[in-house]
Amino acid sequence: MADKITLEIARYSPERDDKPHYESYEVPVYKEWVVLDALNHIKDTVDGSLTYRWSCRMGICGSCGMMVNGEPKLTCATFLSSYARDGKKIRLEPLRYFPVVRDLVTELNDFLSKLKKVKPWLIRKDEPPLSQGEFLQTPGQVDRYKQFSMCINCTLCYAACPVVGLEPIFVGPAALALAQRYNLDSRDQGAQERTAMLAHPDGIWGCTFVGECTRVCPKHVDPAGAIQQYKLAAVVSWLKSFVLPRGQDK
Amino acid sequence: MPTRNLESTKAAPNYTPFHPRWYRPHVSVYWWLGEWHYLKFILRELSSVFVGVVVIEALMLIQALRDGPEAYAHFLQGMQNPLVLVLNIISFFFVVFHTITWFNLAPSAMPVRLRGKRVPDVLVAAPSYVAWIVVSAFVSWLILQ
Amino acid sequence: MAKQSNEAFFWMLFSAGGVVAALLIPVHLLLFGLAIPQGWVQAPSYEHLMSLLRIPLVRIYLFVFCALPLFHWAHRFRFTLYDGLKVKHLNEIIFVFCYGGALLGTVVAAYLLWNIS
Repeated sequence: MADKITLEIARYSPERDDKPHYESYEVPVYKEWVVLDALNHIKDTVDGSLTYRWSCRMGICGSCGMMVNGEPKLTCATFLSSYARDGKKIRLEPLRYFPVVRDLVTELNDFLSKLKKVKPWLIRKDEPPLSQGEFLQTPGQVDRYKQFSMCINCTLCYAACPVVGLEPIFVGPAALALAQRYNLDSRDQGAQERTAMLAHPDGIWGCTFVGECTRVCPKHVDPAGAIQQYKLAAVVSWLKSFVLPRGQDK
Repeated sequence: MPTRNLESTKAAPNYTPFHPRWYRPHVSVYWWLGEWHYLKFILRELSSVFVGVVVIEALMLIQALRDGPEAYAHFLQGMQNPLVLVLNIISFFFVVFHTITWFNLAPSAMPVRLRGKRVPDVLVAAPSYVAWIVVSAFVSWLILQ
Repeated sequence: MAKQSNEAFFWMLFSAGGVVAALLIPVHLLLFGLAIPQGWVQAPSYEHLMSLLRIPLVRIYLFVFCALPLFHWAHRFRFTLYDGLKVKHLNEIIFVFCYGGALLGTVVAAYLLWNIS
């Protein structure tokens, strides 16, 4: 394995540039180094103006996502050695389909508003009295939605989904998986309310099951699966709306 | 790095005070050629066109049968035309591609739970393949007997 | 409360058509597009096929075989045009072309299969 590897990094400064350009940096290769270590090395010793997001460095905060050789990845979970072994360069770009604020940093307000749009909280039609105690769930009930609750909001799925790129108003994989997480939660009574809002062309019907979101998800949330399940549930709910025009329960 | 004051900021073309200029890359109409996964997706979607081709051929066959034995023989001869043969070979690969991708993806839309645990997708897909073979064998037997 | 869009109906047809197409299209193409014309198997006689066509259940089967996969094509092709060619602004024309085409094929199938002497 080579002892050095070249990183080609997209640089963009809104004060200076019209569009990004690439700058190359050479970093040492250590067996245990990930791409994030290389970025920190560059910022500490070569170019302090390099700007990127990171936090936990262990794949749980979701901050460090970027395009590594055209693939959305968490840089804290991507080892230098897998590229050095093949003698490849590493090209780093900000996550696709988001506006770029600077260098490798993307603008996330649109994503955050989409998350809020799906009402990601327990919606109750009735509030049991406090004296009744907490809601209880069996392990089976938790298992129904647990996978979809593992999302760390890293937005790799948005960078992978072509519909996100083509239709900016498309709510997107993570938000829809989050909606389905609440729909499947036995404590929630808001499925009808969410579906009335999301069963539209910019919600679940915008998805064409490309499946890239599931492929790149670092937490194996399977947002594509969540969306297809949601589509099936929406068909049932649509059919029910003819048979029971008013007052269907969840 | 030049010092920035209000005058120089206003003069710089790319920076508007209190409204940073974000770079918004344009998504090309050729986005699906850029990556193998995207291309595979588009080919999977285009398999529906070849499904339509088979339906049209079936309608032509039914019309030929209604018209009489000569029309039926003429239809079979038409299927032997080299261009039609090439179309049918290509269509065959695409419709089988549709079947395989359909059966492999359907389980994620309908998760099966046994005793509280999720059954792996490959086990949920297996009966579809069995059904495919059984139905195909039955249809073949009905037609060819 | 807002109502959900009627897109669910077209997706339902797409799904049903997808299952029918997955199960039945390959064998029909293999038989009548390849095996029989190429002589890999003995061609069924005209009388045999007509005797099959006269069975009402067979005609219903053939109607479903033609109609549902056409609507599967319509829905899938519509979205492929939206995303693949970025022509979503032409969505009215595309909608009519796709579902109208499928409807036309369905009507033709019904007409051909309604009455077999």
